[in-house]
Amino acid sequence: MKARYSIFSLARNALNYHQDWRQAWRSPEPKSEYDVVIVGGGGHGLATAYYLAKEHGITNVAVVEKGWLGGGNTGRNTTIVRSNYLWDESAAIYEHSLKLWEGLSQELNFNVMFSQRGIMNLAHNQHELRELHRRINAIRLNGIDSEILNVEQIKAFCPILNCSPTARHPVLGASLQRRGGTARHDAVAWGYARGADSRGVDIIQNCEVTGFRISNGRVQGIETTKGYIGAKKVACVTAGHSGVMAGLAGFRLPIESHPLQALVSEPVKPVLDTVVMSPAVHVYVSQSDKGELVLGAGIDAYNSYAQTGSPLVVEHQLNALVELFPIFSRLRVLRQWAGIVDTCPDASPIIGKMPVEGLYFNCGWGTGGFKATPGSGWVMAYTVAQDRPHPLNAPFGLERFTSGYLIDEHGAAGVAH
Amino acid sequence: MTGYRVAGRGRVDPDARLRFIFDGRSYEGLHGDTLASALLANGVHFVGRSFKYHRPRGIMSAGVEEANALVGVDRGRGRYTPNTRATVLELYDGLTAESQNYWPSLRYDIGAVNDIAAPLIPAGFYYKTFKWPASFWNKVYEPVIRRSAGLGRAPTAPDADRYASRFAHCDVLIVGAGPAGLAAALTASESGARVILADENPEIGGSLLSDPAVQIDGKDAWNWLEEARATLAGRANVTLLTRTTAIGYYHQNFLGLVQRLTDHLPAAASSLPRERMWKVRAAQVVLAQGAIERPLVFDGNDRPGVMLAGAGRSFLNRYGVKVGNRVAVVTVHDSAYLAAFDLARAGAGVATIVDLRRNPRAALLAEARSLGIEVLSGWTVTATKGRARIAEIRVNPVDQNGKVGAARMIGCDALLMSGGWTPSVHLFSHSKGALDWREDLQAFVPGAPNEAVRCAGAGNGTFGLAAALAEGAAAGAATAGSAGTPTVFSVDGEAPFSGVYFRELPTDRDPTRAKAFIDFQNDVTAKDIRLAVREGFRSIEHVKRYTTNGMATDQGKTSNINGLMIAADAVGKPAPEVGLTTFRPPYTPTTFGAFVGYSRDAHFEVERKTSIDSWAEANGAVFEPVSLWRRAWYFPRSGESMHEAVARECRATRRSLGIFDASTLGKIEVVGPDAAEFMNRMYTNAWTKLAPGRCRYGLLLGEDGFIRDDGVIGRLSDERFHVTTTTGGAARVLATMEDYLQTEWPDLKVWLTSTSEQWAVIALNGPNARKVLEPLVQGIDLNGEAFPHMAVREGKICGVPTRLFRVSFTGELGFEVNVPARFGLSVWKALIEQGRPYDITPYGTETMHALRAEKGFIIVGQDTDGTVTPHDAGMSWAIGKTKPDFVGKRSLARPDMQDPKRKQLVGLLTEKPETVLEEGAQIVDGPYAAVPMPMIGHVTSSYHSETLGRSIALALIQGGHGRKGETVYVPMPGAMHKATITDTVFVDKEGAKLNV
Ligand SMILES: Cc1cc2nc3c(=O)[nH]c(=O)nc-3n(C[C@H](O)[C@H](O)[C@H](O)COP(=O)(O)OP(=O)(O)OC[C@H]3O[C@@H](n4cnc5c(N)ncnc54)[C@H](O)[C@@H]3O)c2cc1C
Repeated sequence: MKARYSIFSLARNALNYHQDWRQAWRSPEPKSEYDVVIVGGGGHGLATAYYLAKEHGITNVAVVEKGWLGGGNTGRNTTIVRSNYLWDESAAIYEHSLKLWEGLSQELNFNVMFSQRGIMNLAHNQHELRELHRRINAIRLNGIDSEILNVEQIKAFCPILNCSPTARHPVLGASLQRRGGTARHDAVAWGYARGADSRGVDIIQNCEVTGFRISNGRVQGIETTKGYIGAKKVACVTAGHSGVMAGLAGFRLPIESHPLQALVSEPVKPVLDTVVMSPAVHVYVSQSDKGELVLGAGIDAYNSYAQTGSPLVVEHQLNALVELFPIFSRLRVLRQWAGIVDTCPDASPIIGKMPVEGLYFNCGWGTGGFKATPGSGWVMAYTVAQDRPHPLNAPFGLERFTSGYLIDEHGAAGVAH
Repeated sequence: MTGYRVAGRGRVDPDARLRFIFDGRSYEGLHGDTLASALLANGVHFVGRSFKYHRPRGIMSAGVEEANALVGVDRGRGRYTPNTRATVLELYDGLTAESQNYWPSLRYDIGAVNDIAAPLIPAGFYYKTFKWPASFWNKVYEPVIRRSAGLGRAPTAPDADRYASRFAHCDVLIVGAGPAGLAAALTASESGARVILADENPEIGGSLLSDPAVQIDGKDAWNWLEEARATLAGRANVTLLTRTTAIGYYHQNFLGLVQRLTDHLPAAASSLPRERMWKVRAAQVVLAQGAIERPLVFDGNDRPGVMLAGAGRSFLNRYGVKVGNRVAVVTVHDSAYLAAFDLARAGAGVATIVDLRRNPRAALLAEARSLGIEVLSGWTVTATKGRARIAEIRVNPVDQNGKVGAARMIGCDALLMSGGWTPSVHLFSHSKGALDWREDLQAFVPGAPNEAVRCAGAGNGTFGLAAALAEGAAAGAATAGSAGTPTVFSVDGEAPFSGVYFRELPTDRDPTRAKAFIDFQNDVTAKDIRLAVREGFRSIEHVKRYTTNGMATDQGKTSNINGLMIAADAVGKPAPEVGLTTFRPPYTPTTFGAFVGYSRDAHFEVERKTSIDSWAEANGAVFEPVSLWRRAWYFPRSGESMHEAVARECRATRRSLGIFDASTLGKIEVVGPDAAEFMNRMYTNAWTKLAPGRCRYGLLLGEDGFIRDDGVIGRLSDERFHVTTTTGGAARVLATMEDYLQTEWPDLKVWLTSTSEQWAVIALNGPNARKVLEPLVQGIDLNGEAFPHMAVREGKICGVPTRLFRVSFTGELGFEVNVPARFGLSVWKALIEQGRPYDITPYGTETMHALRAEKGFIIVGQDTDGTVTPHDAGMSWAIGKTKPDFVGKRSLARPDMQDPKRKQLVGLLTEKPETVLEEGAQIVDGPYAAVPMPMIGHVTSSYHSETLGRSIALALIQGGHGRKGETVYVPMPGAMHKATITDTVFVDKEGAKLNV
């Protein structure tokens, strides 16, 4: 076990100028074979490793990452965490995840700064208002916290929001999930990595998987830039590259990869104490503990693996932001970037067994998988350990695209007569 | 004149005195100053507090790389801007600025306890603590952290300024108007190429502005500059943009340039937009961004008064300000000597030059000697002292073996440092060009490009004026193709420019205790970087994220390379193997407003209005937003509530005549020999046999088999269809059609044209519709047999061309009059006049919704949500059974699509007729008492039906088609409503009213 982190260990280490801290995880060379190899060292892959070791006692595990831990979407996302999803299947898995979030810093002995400052979703027309009510009604009957706010309540909750009835897209109402919020994305990857490593998991960075060795329909191991690694089971958790990985394994996934952009402003003193999302004007925003406004929007429409996007998307997102918050107009963009998200036709993930025995995929989280990190790792660990899905992820199998049992979380199609 | 102003120096105007206020005190500066130079001229170095430890900080640079001197600028209400770099803030009369990040005052800041607590809060400390008790994070720890972070304060009033934007195209875009960029511009423009030359400074010249003594083509630098400027200004093919920053380099040579138009002028002096975003697509790009000086890393290198040597030289030569009266220099590079020499000649006392190198150039040593400057070569600086400003440095000799000898103290009031220069490769890197490591420069330089781009000058690692001019000219010539020959420049008096590189300066003290800063703003020290590596954060991206090095508002301009080198040593790898973190746009922080440009207020997603909108407004309509349109919602008469108005509109339409503006409907003209085949493949319905002159209700699915759009489609001739779509779906349907046409069926001869805005559509509904229409129509026989329900005719109405549809979305006798949009209003008015005897009643979207619900007509997006098949919606009849294929057909064959327990569209009648259910209410099987409750469906549409005198609703319910007559429950907060499942058609089930 590693030294526990606490204010006391900090004080103790301060005495000798922090020379004695041990590394948060080792950087071992791969062994020749593992019981389970997890491809992809993002939050989901690392959480899978952690729960495999912790919940299922499977510790002969490697996480193989082509770059650096958390360098994919885990380290690029805007960290919104919520569970107010429409369909029962989604609500169940995201709520399971949210409950794990609520104890994660203590569980990992690593402060992931999960900050429950609430998520407010705005409605700007009758159609959106109707959809909002539908969602809230469903969420409530699923036993998950959610409220509807009228314009007065919105003003009180977020006074700097432009609630003027003459705004281009006037705010008509909102839903609020108070237990939602944000977290520190890197810390999630690091915390799970440290926890997994201390339970014996090998974390192997700078090691790209280039192929699968499959015989008799069963996976035997993986080819990597560090050589062949044998594996009884392989779990692929590679977000924006899942389509590529499936191709290597010889099958196709109903997935499209798109750039998704985000940006932060220069840091300012606290001014926004919640997360505001507006699907209609296409922007969402929160303020980080450092003081930066963190903004996201929709995907770039074209398919791409280049981790940059079109400046026009950024422009639109800022138009929308300034419309909602006219006081932000003089703040400045500090940094913009993009990640590649893998989207499914029904905007829900794929978690489960694949056409190859011993091979499991967890992908298709699209623009919204960060919030699922703990829950996704938890069900994935179960699925790999038991070779069958947990009831929470059973509805999210690949079969649904042949059966037609889709879980469409696009929200309403956005049409109106 | 103050003690630090040097008469006769710089490009400031000694006669143009300006007053300005900093932290409530009034000072004087000169036109041409920046806030930084003006403060230094007044002897003010201490201007801010750092992010984490709240340490006192001074001005450290003279340019965009400034990490310390950030101020809030107040230009009046709606014009407060935080985090502005004083070094690029041009002085104007009345400028009012304040320092940031302290409480209660800059000098006495409570936050400075963080500096004392520094040993407890090394890099990443917050990951290790604040976890207990769990509830304290949200309530106690985080609020405190948030308050102490954050630098400046956000504005509190909406931005009072305007912004502009424009597109531009050019043959050559040159970024940077230093010597290399100017040489490129002079050469490229000679051949007639359209050139844009952009520089972030208020004037062109770059490094030449700080180097007046050098000679180009036999002229003093500034004279040469003026001639170059005049030449370029005289060429019609050149656009010269100053105060203009290239912020980002995007795909296919698309760059964003932000031009600042008013921030240098006194507040409210101009009606110009504040900034303008140029969106430039350039055939060729030349990057001549120059280089940024590196700080040296040693204990106390952040004390106010410590600054980059080049900045010291710029303040003197460009602004006529000496940064101290007893200046010390510490360097590993020749260039710092130039600052010392210029300062000495200008009368600033220069105490000492500490050069880490054992054998500086003889020429430099000789010149130092002649100016009376002591040079300590082979010495190091190991500490600094002084509270709000540096007062002393601690210097030690270093012997051949690197052993550090006994210390000596030297008094000074400014310390200039130079760790050499880092080429600015930011934009090149945005464009995904490869970066190559230059061992001799210990820096990355542009390598293989990924776009049509060339780099020149210091930004390319080509230091030295003559070399930069030559490289710039060559780049300019190359962009002009064979037409270009590089201009040749001669240079005299060029100073030597070489150096060595150090990670951290050698010291005799314990480096684990030193506060040797790398990222000044974010307070990252060398030991923080080593701690990160020790804890396993070995990737440079991890080091950055764990320590926050390079993540401050300067985005690592002065810290990236120092951080990399120290991390590389700690990891035990050569620097190029460790690599750099990715450069991200924008190059310097960019105002949100500049991106927004004109798209504000009413110009944000400009509201779409129909040609009849003005009539509706004049007649008291209440509007609702529907996608980007505004539509008349209902037309209340004075004193009427919404409910009363809608009830009246419904009654009038069912009994006599209603008129409705349906212009927002999407319209697509589908034309060509294969038009019918195309329609067959897109829509579920069969089109081949639809005769010209007839209409059909069309259903469009997604590939997944779910309903995406619908609308009435008329066939005008064998090869021409008039397709209507939902209002919100218009653009999406056209895009989908184009997608299929271009990628799946390129063989089909079909052309698609959006005509949504070209046709105004007026719907007349009610038993008297024909009577009112008939007198106004020419060339169309409106008789029921000649013009049956679901037919379309072309002719004239009120003398203008019309496509007249006989269709109905209300269940009444109905016509949709399509006329060219410019005639929409006059035809509408004519119909209103004609309808008076029948009490013609304009109605809005609410009445339209209620009337169609009475008939069980769906609204896509309301009664469907992307999960509803035609069968679910009770519209299996709309599927062409014999067609070989259509979009979504294959998906409909999947087993779950046939499941009888799918959610299906039904009607609902509440037990109490007055109960109007909430749209979006969930439906359950039993009157359960507690959550969670298993939900079996939801209410999609719900209205008071004026015709029936009771409420009606549509709902999607599991297995609903087989459950008619059964009872279900609708739980709402505080109530449990009971309802019966019914058919979806509530009124005129046989459709008798249509066939008249
Ligand atoms: C800009 C942006 C904003 C977002 N905002 C939110 C948000 O606010 N809330 C939210 O819930 N979600 C958000 N998301 C989505 C979220 O980031 C992802 O769904 C989630 O992080 C996915 O986690 P992961 O661990 O599966 O993927 P990743 O973190 O991407 O990890 C996958 C890893 O696999 C590695 N890999 C790929 N191929 C190979 C190979 N061949 N061999 C070895 N390793 C390989 C990659 O390098 C990567 O590290 C956002 C995404 C983006 C891009």
